[in-house]
Amino acid sequence: MEPRAIFSGRLLPCLLILPQLAISLIFFYWPALQAVRQSFLVQDAFGLSTQFVWFENYLDLLQTPGYYQAIGVTAVFSALVVAFSLSLGLLLAVMANHNLRGIQIYRTFLIVPYAVAPAVASVLFIFMFQPGLGMIARAMQRNGIDWNPVLNGTHAMILVVIIAVWNQISYNFLFFLAGLQAIPKSVIEAAAIDGARPMRRFWTIVFPLLSPTTFFLIVINITYVFFNTLGIIDTATGGGPDGATQTLVYKVFQDGKAGTDLGGSAAQSVILMIIVVALTAFQFRYVEKKVHY
Amino acid sequence: MAGVTLRDVRKTYAGGFEAIKGISLEVGDGQFCVLVGPSGCGKSTLLRMVAGLETITGGEIDIGGRIVNQVEPAERDIAMVFQNYALYPHMSVYNNMAYGLRNRGMREAEIDTRVQEAARILEIVPMLGRKPGQLSGGQRQRVAMGRAIVRQPKVFLFDEPLSNLDAKLRIAMRVEIRKLQRRLKTTSIYVTHDQLEAMTLADILVVMNGGEVEQIGNPLAIYQKPATTFVASFIGAPPMNLMPLRQDEIKVQFAGDSRAAAGEAGILGIRPEDFVIANEPVAGGIALGLTVEAIERVGAETFVYGTREPEAQEVAADPGELPPGEVLVRIPGAVAPAIGERIQAIAPRQKLHLFSADGRRRIDR
Amino acid sequence: MVEHRRFGNLLPHLVLLAGVVIVAFPVYLAIIASTHDNAVIANGQMSLLPGSHGFETYWNTIVAGTGKTTRQPVGVMMLNSLIMALGIAAGKIAISIISAYAIVFFSFPFRMTTFWAIFITLMLPVEVRIYPTYKITSDLHMLDSYAGLILPLIASATATLLFRQFFMTVPKELVEASKIDGAGPIRFFWDTLLPLSVTNIAALFVILFIYGWNQYLWPLLITTRDDMQTIVIGIKKIIDVHDALTEWQVAMATAVLAMLPPVAVVVLMQRLFVKGLIETEK
Repeated sequence: MEPRAIFSGRLLPCLLILPQLAISLIFFYWPALQAVRQSFLVQDAFGLSTQFVWFENYLDLLQTPGYYQAIGVTAVFSALVVAFSLSLGLLLAVMANHNLRGIQIYRTFLIVPYAVAPAVASVLFIFMFQPGLGMIARAMQRNGIDWNPVLNGTHAMILVVIIAVWNQISYNFLFFLAGLQAIPKSVIEAAAIDGARPMRRFWTIVFPLLSPTTFFLIVINITYVFFNTLGIIDTATGGGPDGATQTLVYKVFQDGKAGTDLGGSAAQSVILMIIVVALTAFQFRYVEKKVHY
Repeated sequence: MAGVTLRDVRKTYAGGFEAIKGISLEVGDGQFCVLVGPSGCGKSTLLRMVAGLETITGGEIDIGGRIVNQVEPAERDIAMVFQNYALYPHMSVYNNMAYGLRNRGMREAEIDTRVQEAARILEIVPMLGRKPGQLSGGQRQRVAMGRAIVRQPKVFLFDEPLSNLDAKLRIAMRVEIRKLQRRLKTTSIYVTHDQLEAMTLADILVVMNGGEVEQIGNPLAIYQKPATTFVASFIGAPPMNLMPLRQDEIKVQFAGDSRAAAGEAGILGIRPEDFVIANEPVAGGIALGLTVEAIERVGAETFVYGTREPEAQEVAADPGELPPGEVLVRIPGAVAPAIGERIQAIAPRQKLHLFSADGRRRIDR
Repeated sequence: MVEHRRFGNLLPHLVLLAGVVIVAFPVYLAIIASTHDNAVIANGQMSLLPGSHGFETYWNTIVAGTGKTTRQPVGVMMLNSLIMALGIAAGKIAISIISAYAIVFFSFPFRMTTFWAIFITLMLPVEVRIYPTYKITSDLHMLDSYAGLILPLIASATATLLFRQFFMTVPKELVEASKIDGAGPIRFFWDTLLPLSVTNIAALFVILFIYGWNQYLWPLLITTRDDMQTIVIGIKKIIDVHDALTEWQVAMATAVLAMLPPVAVVVLMQRLFVKGLIETEK
């Protein structure tokens, strides 16, 4: 950090940072360390004795098909949400970037999903997609589609993807719009004079110049799917059927509720920590050129 | 190769603001036309209308015999150099220049020939592989020009391309642009607010103000015979002295000048460099008695500020103008009168410019 | 620009309209459903227009509790959510702003270490340390309490980073002038820095309020008493029953109530919200 004008005194700053450090230590670092510690232990059935087992918990995990399924589910879920939510957000942003009348009204509507809790969004969609009860579900039944997310794993995944995409539209829309508006108008005009019609301008000029925003949003959306969709899954599918919608985080949640394998649950948490660190590092290293043109 | 003709072109914005109030102009094939005027006069708007970047509310724009009012910029076969260059930041210099040609479906081999040629002319060959972000302002400017010339368009449009360069570079680039245009013989329209740039570059000079044309013509002709007081004070630096004439002065000084004497003349203009400080009046000319207020010596010449009426010490109405009653005389060399001295500033008849009282008309005999 | 677009400006309007429909339809449906009778809904005969049971449903939901699936009036749940959201937002802002102040304007041993220690918490969202954090909250006897709902969530790195970034743009001369005027660090903070930071604080408040209100995992874990439930958790409980018994009109009314405060905040403070969003992600 650059040199700043500073106040003298040692006591005051220490007091100022104390609350945050205290909370961080008690509720962040201590539990994190506990998780790491526990991932190296195994408890017997009665919780009476514990044994240090090095990486045995991790190896066990890697040999559980359920874990690989969770990895697969998380990957598919992320890919689908990124693909659809980014595309929709970009489309809406491009359309909103024309000088239209009433753009404020559109924007007001389009930012609403962000304010809706994932769990509540889930309930809204369950209401529409519940077999037998929901409007859209019944429409599908009438047209011969046997829609049943309770029994059909693919349908369940589709349902949670739809909810997650809906929830994230606002975010992607806002950031894409900001990114579009940061492109200097004269560059677009130069492209127009250079013989590029609107579609060509979009793919050869606008989209490449938008890539920092795009990368940034990919990371954010992946992070969202990893960590913020627990509410959706819990209310809509409960992770089922048969783990078809059980993401890595949800698996930690469910396994921990069962309470039988603390070591395994802790190991899963640690692996997730490593993934977060990787994602954050990636975001800060490669996406930092976002701001300047 | 084509000429550009504007017929009664108008532009009114949605709120009712009239940016361009009916401008007609003809630029012949291969000519260099400069639009000059103060900020907000509409020169950039007019240029952008020729480019197709602004819509036209009335009138016609004709490029090479074809009316282009409804034609998209991409189809007009023009090229433009922007004030901030507007290079594509994510492409190399080579690709910046090739982009327009690729859009037209040209073969790569031919694109390469043209880009290399243009790069050679503009001396930017070593930069072909770099991105705009790695170049200096002057280099970017050249790339912007390179992008324009590879297209071999009918018309070049320049929107204050030198404004963002430092003074020395600006002078060097000015000459380069002129030489280039003469060599390529492409019709060019150039916008600037700098009257010096305008004078040195133009074949045809268009002086604009408030959305209208004040005067069109050869730069030297405009300098020697400005049509309005606006043009008179805008072209030529330091600006022409403009003095309101009183009725008795008109009768006495210009007895014999039929129209001037009739009272039509209201404003007298004399350029600072057209004065001579002497004691004998010149026949038919004018002698102004001035009290020297200030002297500025710049080496090659001296600027002498004097007042006509010793009592009048008002402040100028606009910043940048001389206070009323103050006259600027420009004399070569460094020998100058003393402050407080009373001098006679003499100007011959042919160096006098007479304008109507509202400044909108030139009065010639 | 002279442009020949097929249909002119129609296409953008159509697309945006379609977007609005997609965005608004689920919400609209929920509002409609909350005004109908459950029997009509369960039979799949609900129309797209408002019904007549709205007042009754909302009254039962908020105040009385319907007795079947919710023993707790939603009004209480909303209060819990409000306290939690306000607590989290205010708490995060308060402790982050003073931390950022300390880091930027003072020099003390381990300053950089502290900064990194705070920064790393960015990488430890609650979902990654679920059960150990639960355990310690339990050990501190904070289960089923407001403190337990709020405290574990307020050590946020994003707010600290935001304030730090902002403080670094404060001109040095301002501090120096303040010192010359005889102001100590606390005076400077209170009289000068805080007023300058108002917009940032407001923008952040909007974001954090929504974050707090919409929390799911944490309240789910640590509250078991009915009267400590937040409204977002309450909804889950309502539809957790087999759907034949679910009182859909109550569920939808609850959903609408759950959405109301955050949506209102976002819509009314749109500009601040967008600013906050963009600032916190840089």
